[in-house]
Amino acid sequence: MSTALLEIEDLHARVAGKEIIKGLNLTINEGEVHAVMGPNGAGKSTLSYVLSGKPGYEVTGGTIKFRGRDLLSMPPEDRAREGLFLIMQYPVEIPGVPVTGFLKHAVNAGRKYRGEPELDTMEFIKMLREEGRKLGIDAEMLKRAVNVGFSGGEKKRLETLQMTILKPQLAILDEADSGLDIDALKVVAEGVNRLRDDRRSLLVITHYQRLLNYIVPDVVHVFAEGHIVRSGGKNLALELEETGYAEFVKEK
Amino acid sequence: MTAGDRPEIIDESGDKYKYGFVTEIDADTAPKGLNADIIRLISAKKGEPDWLLEKRLKAFEYWQTMTEPSWAKLSYDKIDYQDLCYYSAPKRKNGPKSLDEVDKELLKTYDKLGIPLKEQEALAGVVAVDAVFDSVSVATTYRAKLAEKGVIFCSISEAVKEHPELVKKYLGSVVPYTDNFFACLNSAVFTDGSFVYIPKGVRCPMELSTYFRINARNTGQFERTLIVADEGSYVSYLEGCTAPRRDENQLHAAIVEIVVLDNAEVKYSTVQNWYPGDKNGKGGVYNFVTKRAACRGVNSKVSWTQVETGSAVTWKYPSCVLQGDNSSGEFYSVALTNNRQQADTGTKMIHIGKNTVSKIISKGISAGFSNQTYRGLVKVAPTADNARNYSQCDSLLIGSTCGSHTVPYIENRNRSATLEHEATTSKISDEQLFYCKSRGISEEDAVSLIVNGFCREVMQQLPMEFAIEAAKLININLEGSVG
Repeated sequence: MSTALLEIEDLHARVAGKEIIKGLNLTINEGEVHAVMGPNGAGKSTLSYVLSGKPGYEVTGGTIKFRGRDLLSMPPEDRAREGLFLIMQYPVEIPGVPVTGFLKHAVNAGRKYRGEPELDTMEFIKMLREEGRKLGIDAEMLKRAVNVGFSGGEKKRLETLQMTILKPQLAILDEADSGLDIDALKVVAEGVNRLRDDRRSLLVITHYQRLLNYIVPDVVHVFAEGHIVRSGGKNLALELEETGYAEFVKEK
Repeated sequence: MTAGDRPEIIDESGDKYKYGFVTEIDADTAPKGLNADIIRLISAKKGEPDWLLEKRLKAFEYWQTMTEPSWAKLSYDKIDYQDLCYYSAPKRKNGPKSLDEVDKELLKTYDKLGIPLKEQEALAGVVAVDAVFDSVSVATTYRAKLAEKGVIFCSISEAVKEHPELVKKYLGSVVPYTDNFFACLNSAVFTDGSFVYIPKGVRCPMELSTYFRINARNTGQFERTLIVADEGSYVSYLEGCTAPRRDENQLHAAIVEIVVLDNAEVKYSTVQNWYPGDKNGKGGVYNFVTKRAACRGVNSKVSWTQVETGSAVTWKYPSCVLQGDNSSGEFYSVALTNNRQQADTGTKMIHIGKNTVSKIISKGISAGFSNQTYRGLVKVAPTADNARNYSQCDSLLIGSTCGSHTVPYIENRNRSATLEHEATTSKISDEQLFYCKSRGISEEDAVSLIVNGFCREVMQQLPMEFAIEAAKLININLEGSVG
């Protein structure tokens, strides 16, 4: 009954000539929340960039299917338009480009791709303000240039807002909790949870268990040395909090 | 619009210059070459008074002693000034009284350009259009409404006849014929342009706009604009330019003079989109312009805003002479060069009066194999107590084959002056492009978003409709610059 949204088979990928992902297998079904945990340098962020198609992340083997289609043959913008979204660990600044205009471009690019009419500007702004309010983003912040002069918390909230507006099928959270205090973390987690339904899925990449208190996963994977070394239920995350990652690193 | 309407638009090299078409009109054209007789011919054709002819001849005499400047970072084929035509006018009988009398071909051309010349379009746009076609003004609208307020907005030729006292007093008073090689040439051979006078205490009821267009083959363009803002008045003047494509280089050497008296303010905005030449640098307009404003009165204010996307070669430094105490000058500029375009542009702020303030915001975008130089002078005279200047020059490079240079000159002769200069050079980063793409935005859109963001501070200075047009122009000119 469950339909696979993302199917990764025997993935190998390298960055700057160095193999980082070595034979990764992962299937995420519609509606599921998967957490990928692991030590620093294990290749967790590499996975998120490979999925979103960042230049310089070279796939040397394996396949990735997204909604049954070959993800790797799509340019990054088409992956986004197909419903893949990455909450970045370090969102970049785009001087002079207001949040509102930026998001309108993004939304309409997706609508055009799907053959839908462009959104009416007034309606869009109304919707954006409403969603922004839920994340503690006021109208003033929407007028500011994308990420310019934003605090760490503001950046993550803006990432969450973008996700809310773009309504992806699969959202990837890359260390979404880094640099966040507990209140900001809660706001981001609530935003993510609001998006959850039986069709949309999440891939939460995190070093710490903390975030998973707020975004509760269905499946937890331990990612070490370039592939998944262990999978389990949400309790695995708690277990890892106790024992650390040492045993998995040693395993190799 | 279908391709059939404009077969000339896309040539075999696939160039996208939207306004590249030539109107077939019998031009009343002088023979090639420049000498005193040609100048007499121009003056006679225009039925000018003797005092103006004398001015022209004096300028011509001086020009012959001058040499073309070579200090700018520009390289172009030597211009043969004897191989150009200095006069070309659309034929007309007794001068059109209304648009019905205007050459239909001409109206069609303006339609293609999207110029709101037709009455209803002018109504919709609520701008008065003094359109210059080649060298002679052919139509002027909204004169009546302006006349009610005492605003004079007409061609320079008309002003010479109808308001000789104003023209005599101010023409050449800001840019004398001895100023520079190109200004001197213009002073000798200028054909037409616009004249604006805003009387004391009047706020001009609409934005004034002029569209320039270079048309007849081998005809140099020597526009002359004079704006006088009398005490306590205000005017916003828009200048928009497009030109048909052609293979020979075309010379343009205009002069714009602005006089601002006590408590008056002038805003001058330009969108310049002349034919930049093809991808290999063939053809395109040579644009050598002298623009200067004299803030003569106390508390007078002038603001130059320019968006320069066209021309093969640009040599242009709109300047402010801040004579009146508490006067202020502003310069906001976006210059975009692509392919083989070259631009050497900037401003001069001359502080003479006390408490004078100037601000320079310059944004240069270079792509392709283009080369761009910001050249600016901030000069503070010993009399200019408490003068202040803030300069910001930002350059954005697209790709690795273009060049960008910043040459700020500062001459300060008063210890109480406060001068600030900031300059940055940046590239569109892969990280920024990826960020946009990961949100579904295509590379082309991402570049245009980032570039428009980069220029925002300047674009915000433009009147709304002009800003939209300018943003479109920037996008058109960026096409093919990435990927």
